Amino acid sequence: MDLEIIGILVLWTFLFGYTMIASIDFGAGFFNAYSEFTGKEHILSSIIQRYLSPVWEVTNVFLVFFFVGIVGFFPRTAFYYGTTLLVPVGIAIILLGIRGAYYAFATYGKTKQKRYTFLYGASGLLLPASLSIVFTISEGGFVSINHGEPRLDYWALFTSPLTWGIVILSITALLYISAVFLTWYADQAKDKRASQLLRTYALTWAFPTIIAAVGIIYILRSHNPIHYENLLQLWWMFAISFIFFLGTVWLLIRKINYGLAFTLLVAQFAFAFYGYGFAHYPYLLYPHLTIYDSFTNKAMAISLISAFIAGLALLIPSLYLLLKLFLFNKDYVHGQASRHY
Amino acid sequence: MINEDAVYYSRILTELTLSFHIIYATIGVGIPLFIMIAQWIGIRKNDEHYILLARRWTRGYAITVAVGVVTGTAIGLLLSLLWPKFMEVAGHIIALPLFMETFAFFFEAIFLGIYLYTWDRFANQFKHLLLLIPVAIGSSVSAVFITTVNAFMNSPRGFDLVNGELMNANPIVAMFNPSMPTKVSHVVATAFMTSAFILASIAAYRILRGSKHVYHRKALHLTLTTGLIFSVSSLIIGDLSGKYLAQYQPEKLAAAEWHFETQKEAPLLLLGFLSDDGDVRFSIKIPYALSILAHGSPTAEVTGLDRIPKDERPPLYIHYLFNIMVGIGTLLIIVPLLYWIGIKRKWTWIKNKTFMWLLVLGGPLSMIAIEAGWWLNEVGRQPWVLYGVMRTAEGATTSEQVDLMLWMFSALYMMLGIGSVIVLTRMFNKNPIERELKERYT
Repeated sequence: MDLEIIGILVLWTFLFGYTMIASIDFGAGFFNAYSEFTGKEHILSSIIQRYLSPVWEVTNVFLVFFFVGIVGFFPRTAFYYGTTLLVPVGIAIILLGIRGAYYAFATYGKTKQKRYTFLYGASGLLLPASLSIVFTISEGGFVSINHGEPRLDYWALFTSPLTWGIVILSITALLYISAVFLTWYADQAKDKRASQLLRTYALTWAFPTIIAAVGIIYILRSHNPIHYENLLQLWWMFAISFIFFLGTVWLLIRKINYGLAFTLLVAQFAFAFYGYGFAHYPYLLYPHLTIYDSFTNKAMAISLISAFIAGLALLIPSLYLLLKLFLFNKDYVHGQASRHY
Repeated sequence: MINEDAVYYSRILTELTLSFHIIYATIGVGIPLFIMIAQWIGIRKNDEHYILLARRWTRGYAITVAVGVVTGTAIGLLLSLLWPKFMEVAGHIIALPLFMETFAFFFEAIFLGIYLYTWDRFANQFKHLLLLIPVAIGSSVSAVFITTVNAFMNSPRGFDLVNGELMNANPIVAMFNPSMPTKVSHVVATAFMTSAFILASIAAYRILRGSKHVYHRKALHLTLTTGLIFSVSSLIIGDLSGKYLAQYQPEKLAAAEWHFETQKEAPLLLLGFLSDDGDVRFSIKIPYALSILAHGSPTAEVTGLDRIPKDERPPLYIHYLFNIMVGIGTLLIIVPLLYWIGIKRKWTWIKNKTFMWLLVLGGPLSMIAIEAGWWLNEVGRQPWVLYGVMRTAEGATTSEQVDLMLWMFSALYMMLGIGSVIVLTRMFNKNPIERELKERYT
């Protein structure tokens, strides 16, 4: 296998990991704020806080991993995306800052205020919107090269249906992912009321997610025909993804086996995410940048891959320990173990 | 093509972000060691005070780490957003330590999460202490990797420049560049030193506010004695850094010392200021000292700014930064030394108000020294972003919106800065040690 492909697979996997756990995180923040405003916080807050507190820093590292890794494996992306993404990613950093501040001040510092919770919840919806701009730009048509410098055409970007389609998908998907996960988590904690409420949220957002995804594929047909053709060739990946989706919904409706429902959901998004990624190959930015012309030198690629393998050997056991202590520890999830520090 | 406005605002935004981040980063690297020492002593001596010391420090630490995660993510992304051309080059040669730093931080974040939420979950306290080791290792190793990248910017190695193209990259040689050993050890030692004096100033402040509890005395003693060790080692490494500069970046040393003419038996200028016509006024001249600092011999020749092309000279105001850093560093050797001798000889004046105030000042002063040191390092490398290879202006973005970003980020840092001060003071004022001890035994 080409080093280029190994590199992009590693990064794509991290990005997938980030979209899943960040979706859970962002969505949980939103549901948390939403429940405060609808007077249901007594049902949801404790379960959400309990899950979120120990893992948020880890969520953030996935993102850092991705952008440090992409500059390492594909240094040219720094030039193209770095120059054009200043504003959208700048805004995303500020929003991440607001979330970090919430953890630092409200959770660790124990200063609860409604407006923090609100800001925190709102940032969870705005973040996917600003981060998903990167996917939109990568489809091409928004970046032109002017005197050798890439320029982002904001007018074209904000008037394109593709932009808004992707924004809508990112928000519906994150609410759906988050609700399914939290349904399961609340069920594990034997918190029936929270679990039932979250289950209705999950069912609410299930079909909007699929409609948004289909809509984007339709828009791509005219926006980026090459990508569209490639997507059609991988139709079977999306078909499998859809079957998993039906499985999740069926389990949710029947109120059985939420653990399996969440597993199927991860599989659904994995097939869709990798299908989309394979169809995007070899472009990082249509039509300017491919994984081949932006790739780093061989020595760097090999040392990065070696570092990656060594790093995983260290991280996987540690992550396992974290999950075992907090996510799958019955006492902790049930709220019997101490949360004081 | 260079966009002058974008270069200017990119520099300010980077300076602002780094100056803010370094506060939290320094604390983040240094404090875990002290939590570890305190918890260790607490377990060994079976002394509840030390355990609580560790526990309370951890609570404050969790907040600074959370803010540090935000500012760290910000600087990580801003590097690519503001300096895309520099990062393209850097990506080719020095991406390895940058990549490994994320692993180190990942490792730290996981175990910090576990450590924070498992204080009372282990029957054996020692097991809980073990969880802190990966946190301390992770944070120190993060500092090592990131400083390695900065060292590379000061002395780039591990590639050949052929017709302006970087060829034959060797990531390992790039990592172990000439400035790496001194820079990395100086950063790590001063992080421990600064953290020690910050914790000491908290204890001294509580004593000044009238708390008679032996808890604060224990904290003060622990932090000042370890602080002394680290300030002495910072001084020794600082001397080695001077020798590194003389050999590899002579213009940085010359500008920092206002050493204008190349000469043997060079004197060292302390303090003073530069008049409008470029004369040095009111400075203290120490004969031979610069030759000794630069080469370890009083007669050695030290390169002056006269040998450096005009457009490659760093700004001369770095002399002030150098003085601030060295001055504070020296003070923070003398003060804990006096304290230590005073304890041994039972001097009473080390417990009086003036000396306590001096100890309170120690924390903020050491942070100012950290800032001055980083400014000296970064401004002293100008006009280069990558020494001898790429000028700062060549590495910058050409985007039109950098000024807007500067305002937005200033607001974010203001919120984080003010927020962390308010939350930290409120947290400890609400729950003073006397109260916490009482609650634990009732």
